[in-house]
Amino acid sequence: MAKLYELAKVLRSKNSGPFEVTLDILFDNQASYEELKASNTITKETIARAYNIKTSDIHHLVFFDPALGIKITMAREVSSGSAGDRDVYGAQQHAPLMNIEVGGE
Amino acid sequence: MKSIRIVSPCGMLGYGFPKESFDRAFMQEIHGIVVDAGSTDAGPHKLGAGVSIVSKRAVKKDLEIMMGKGIPNKIPIIIGSAGGAGAKPHVENTLAIINEIIEERKYKVKLAVIWADFTQQEIIKAKQKGKIKPLSENIPPLSEEAINETPSIVAQMGHEPIVEALNEGVDIIICGRAYDPSPFAAIGIHSGMDAGLSYHLGKILECGALCAEPGTTKDSILGTIYENSFTVESLNPKRNCTTTSVAAHTFYEKEHPYYLHGPGFALDLSECRFIEEAPGIIKVENSKYKPAPTHMIKLEGARKIAYRTFVIAGIRDPLLLEKVEEVEKEVLAQVESYYPEIPKSDYKIHFYHYGKDAVLGKNEPATFNNHEIGVLFEVIAKSQELASSLCATLRSTYLHYGYEGRKSTAGNLAFPFAPSDVEFGPVYEFSIYHLMEVDKNPFRIEYMEVGCDGKVI
Repeated sequence: MAKLYELAKVLRSKNSGPFEVTLDILFDNQASYEELKASNTITKETIARAYNIKTSDIHHLVFFDPALGIKITMAREVSSGSAGDRDVYGAQQHAPLMNIEVGGE
Repeated sequence: MKSIRIVSPCGMLGYGFPKESFDRAFMQEIHGIVVDAGSTDAGPHKLGAGVSIVSKRAVKKDLEIMMGKGIPNKIPIIIGSAGGAGAKPHVENTLAIINEIIEERKYKVKLAVIWADFTQQEIIKAKQKGKIKPLSENIPPLSEEAINETPSIVAQMGHEPIVEALNEGVDIIICGRAYDPSPFAAIGIHSGMDAGLSYHLGKILECGALCAEPGTTKDSILGTIYENSFTVESLNPKRNCTTTSVAAHTFYEKEHPYYLHGPGFALDLSECRFIEEAPGIIKVENSKYKPAPTHMIKLEGARKIAYRTFVIAGIRDPLLLEKVEEVEKEVLAQVESYYPEIPKSDYKIHFYHYGKDAVLGKNEPATFNNHEIGVLFEVIAKSQELASSLCATLRSTYLHYGYEGRKSTAGNLAFPFAPSDVEFGPVYEFSIYHLMEVDKNPFRIEYMEVGCDGKVI
């Protein structure tokens, strides 16, 4: 059992345009990436639970093997920089991913 | 073998870069110096207010170094999304800085300015013809009311007008709002190279050395396009490109990892291969440019929605920390009842609790166990006067509110500053973020020759 932040090389969030935030989980080795992919830990359901959002707010969840990475793009509740926004660049929205547990034992 | 080399000095004009890194590129033939100056990352305010995110001083420093290499060596310089948001005032500011350098350095320069502004009438007409649709499902359809309230509207240009300007043999091209990779791709496409490779390279170069390790937007990077591939390499020996760092960068700030939508095309990177050709030189192949069935360009517009006044304070009292949300609800009710003549729809009040859940809001999964928080509260209202009046009442009510169980009867908030209330000015929102179908290049190119006196000839 390991936490996602212990396995991933990069775990980040950023605006993808002002109306979406995109989460990137990237690995520097095939084994950790394959382990995560096989574990079925990252699904629309688990992400929706971690972020307390509806699965329909998740616009993309894609594994991209050549980059050993997973991308998750979600709708923003408030568009970037408008009244009520909490993170203009969307740069600190990755934290709920960090403690997701990966693997068995 | 034909090869086209492009240097990207940094990820954002005005962010700065080590001159030694940039200079190192010119040990070989360079075909273009291209820098991105734009972003919507900093929110709608830049476009709405017509201001820049970087200082004039910093932009000038970067441009002096770029023009110092480009002008004498006849290497075209392209600036994408000038001034940040790429609307008329932003482009004009960049042009003024360039003219200043031309005058000081006694250059003689042929310039092209490509404007990206659209009038409200043009957008209303396109909407009436059914040519406009929202960019993603959580964006409402565009209304005429929203267009009428949005004086500043730009669209992201593709490579087409930039290639046209390059064909005229200009020294400098100042682009209004552009799709970030397009000014880079224009160099490759102008030289007859593959559009897919040119665009994928542009996507990587537009952030400067962010695709290297350690990554940064404040350093230079070199890209070379060949017939069937391109390569990327760091220009600073302290950084190194790896297959993972370059592949990972393809991901950056896009909604999909391998399918990227641009003006009039999509970039399919699903079959891409990332190979370390030599230490630190990463080769990429199989980037595919797929023309879209209809040519769509992305519109961006910002409108003023309100005015803000805010306060920052600290809370250290454990009795208040225990029930801070409850207390704020009561404070809010008291402010509302003090101003029965002001409709509630004329203003909004938000509380942010730094140290507790300010970043993730109600979705914060962590439980709170701190001894102190920073509280930021803001009033967003129809006018600055209204925002400030309400904020003053909110602040004094919060400061002195006698909540149930209170011991600290002298005050609830620790203000770091006097005065405590900060007038922020107007607040904007992206009121237009839609796709518009076009049938011919709608971006106007203006050519000018500027002599050493800084005057247009």
